[in-house]
Amino acid sequence: MTDNTERRVVSVIVVNEASVLSRITDLFSGRGYNITSLTVAPIPESKYSRLTIVTSGSVRVIEQITKQLHKLIPVLRVYEHADLVEKEMALVKFPITENISDISAICNAYNGKIVNVGNDVIITMVADEPKRVDHYLQAIKKYNPKEIVRSGAVALER
Amino acid sequence: MQISGAQMVIEALIAEGVDTVFGYPGGAIMNVYDEIYKQDKFQHILTRHEQAAVHAAEGYSKASGKVGVSMITSGPGFTNAVTGLADAYMDSIPLVVISGQVPMSLIGTDAFQEIDAVGISRSCTKHNYLVTDAKDLPRILKEAFYIARTGRPGPVHVDIPKDVTAQVAEFDYDVELDLETYKPHVKGNPRQIKKAMEAIANAKRPLFYLGGGIINSNAAYEVRDLVHTTGIPAVETFMARGTLSYDDDLLIGMLGMHGSYAANMAMSETDLVIALGARFDDRVTGKLSEFAKNAAVIHVDIDPASISKLVNANYPIVGDVKNVVNEMLKLTSMVNSDNYEQWRETIENFAELHPLTFHEDTENIKPQWVVKRVGELLGDDANISTDVGQHQMWAAQFYPFTRPRQFVSSGGLGTMGFGFPAAMGVKAAVPEKTSINFTGDGSILMNCQELMTAVEKKLPVINIILNNNFLGMVRQWQTLFYDKRHSETDLSVQPDFVKLAEAFGGIGYRVTTKEEFDAALKEAVKKNIVAFIDVKVERFENVMPMVPSGGSLFNMMLLEKKESK
Repeated sequence: MTDNTERRVVSVIVVNEASVLSRITDLFSGRGYNITSLTVAPIPESKYSRLTIVTSGSVRVIEQITKQLHKLIPVLRVYEHADLVEKEMALVKFPITENISDISAICNAYNGKIVNVGNDVIITMVADEPKRVDHYLQAIKKYNPKEIVRSGAVALER
Repeated sequence: MQISGAQMVIEALIAEGVDTVFGYPGGAIMNVYDEIYKQDKFQHILTRHEQAAVHAAEGYSKASGKVGVSMITSGPGFTNAVTGLADAYMDSIPLVVISGQVPMSLIGTDAFQEIDAVGISRSCTKHNYLVTDAKDLPRILKEAFYIARTGRPGPVHVDIPKDVTAQVAEFDYDVELDLETYKPHVKGNPRQIKKAMEAIANAKRPLFYLGGGIINSNAAYEVRDLVHTTGIPAVETFMARGTLSYDDDLLIGMLGMHGSYAANMAMSETDLVIALGARFDDRVTGKLSEFAKNAAVIHVDIDPASISKLVNANYPIVGDVKNVVNEMLKLTSMVNSDNYEQWRETIENFAELHPLTFHEDTENIKPQWVVKRVGELLGDDANISTDVGQHQMWAAQFYPFTRPRQFVSSGGLGTMGFGFPAAMGVKAAVPEKTSINFTGDGSILMNCQELMTAVEKKLPVINIILNNNFLGMVRQWQTLFYDKRHSETDLSVQPDFVKLAEAFGGIGYRVTTKEEFDAALKEAVKKNIVAFIDVKVERFENVMPMVPSGGSLFNMMLLEKKESK
């Protein structure tokens, strides 16, 4: 197996039922597949939830992931995305003593804004492509972020 | 009809046509056992260990083709059963295993005999359920049986808290199943099937690679038709033994690690592998990059995830083997059997060059002789189960199987201790046949407590212990690959197997000559009670031929030529 490992985004539509998320994550851990991020939320007005899983592997591994996911009884559909819109969110906490106008300007550049201002800290939010979120987190390093939290990716086929 | 959850379990089993349940009661499942006491529609077989209850259900299922059922309690009852679940999962055996659980109010409190059963069974079942309301029980039990027996069969685990078995709710088993997300693909794509038949017609050296899926889908007789109509030689996996009769001219034998030279050479030389219900297990393929490396591959399997998992399929066909083979049979006019004459001759030459055999010994009984002798004496009249080890391979190599479901063994998981309880299940399913369990002096001790079950329930399994005072298969590997360092495999200290059988009310024989063996087997069959036949066999006999783990099929270690005296 000399296939190249690539980052892939897989969406899974599952029936909303107890322990369905464990079934998915157990499958990954049991077979040694990697999960970079996982996002899950109910699909409005349905009995289903949508999981967006960012993973990596060779073509063969990704094929096995999609096939094995599809074998699980509560799984309705599995999509392996090729052409997609993908977004991720990050919340960052800064000391209020940092340059707020600079931080605000950087946030704007990454589809974000300041979402909370407290006595000691401000909190910013950005929502952008995962790569651009990486860039944002690089850019704000010099403003001494106190805490960073990233969501997993969500994605839709174009 | 308003009934308790426990009564629902009984009604569901009756509605599913279950005639035998293997199990072991305990605190959390007592409500259900109380209902078992009151009914007379199915028999309950009390094993002496939960692991054995599941293995017995596996044996029952393998021999009968029906869904096997076992029932156990929470905590240690369940954890004891996990090996059986894993075994059934690996070998795609349809089972429904019902376990008791602590009451809902105690779940998560580390209550007495509490364990996260569905958390544990998730990775070794096809599906599992924790029932939280009795009103869900009819649907869940119906789904459990349906999921277990359809698609790629497998074990389904239903965990029921004690208060749910006491809860009263409406029972209606005629509910329509609404499994929107579970729709096994059973019909093969007609265009793919036609393309596959064209590939067969154009091949020069095609080879059927017959797997256990054929047995599971009851397709053996259709496969026999296909093999004979096309005139294409066939190799069987361990799990497919009995698909073709042992005396079929087109059967080359078993392939893989302990397959015959002819079967493995045929696989190495073929230009078209026709894999039916086989999953390219590593014990079959050896070194993957060298496996059938000049061949195109037709792969028929009901499990899409099995196709191209290990070996790329040029002609993938997802579907039930029986359906697909029936479709292939309609197109056999495309294939001319005469075209493969030369190929059949080549294979005959392989078989003549290194036939599957062993060296007789005048002083010691050879284990292979025992297997062959049982075949001569009982043949088709016996169903054969095995434990795991050298004896298992010798049984697969040398027993003259004539029909599907005649051979029951633990393939994927390789579970020592499987054989005896499985053979009890086989006997319960097919009482008219003699149930033989080939076992080893290591394996038999792993579930020998089942002597009590077999005696009590009159399940006269004949356990033939091929006793070499070793964990034989590990000893063989130590001899061949660890410079004869026989670390912890010497089983010289043994119980008296004759007395052990007798202590439970069975019968025991110690055999050191061929004459004694014949007499013991005949008497055991005639007496029709559970027996141990302890056969002292040659200690250092190896299972040959052998493909060393990870080696190529065509590089086999062969039986050494006997030196002339």
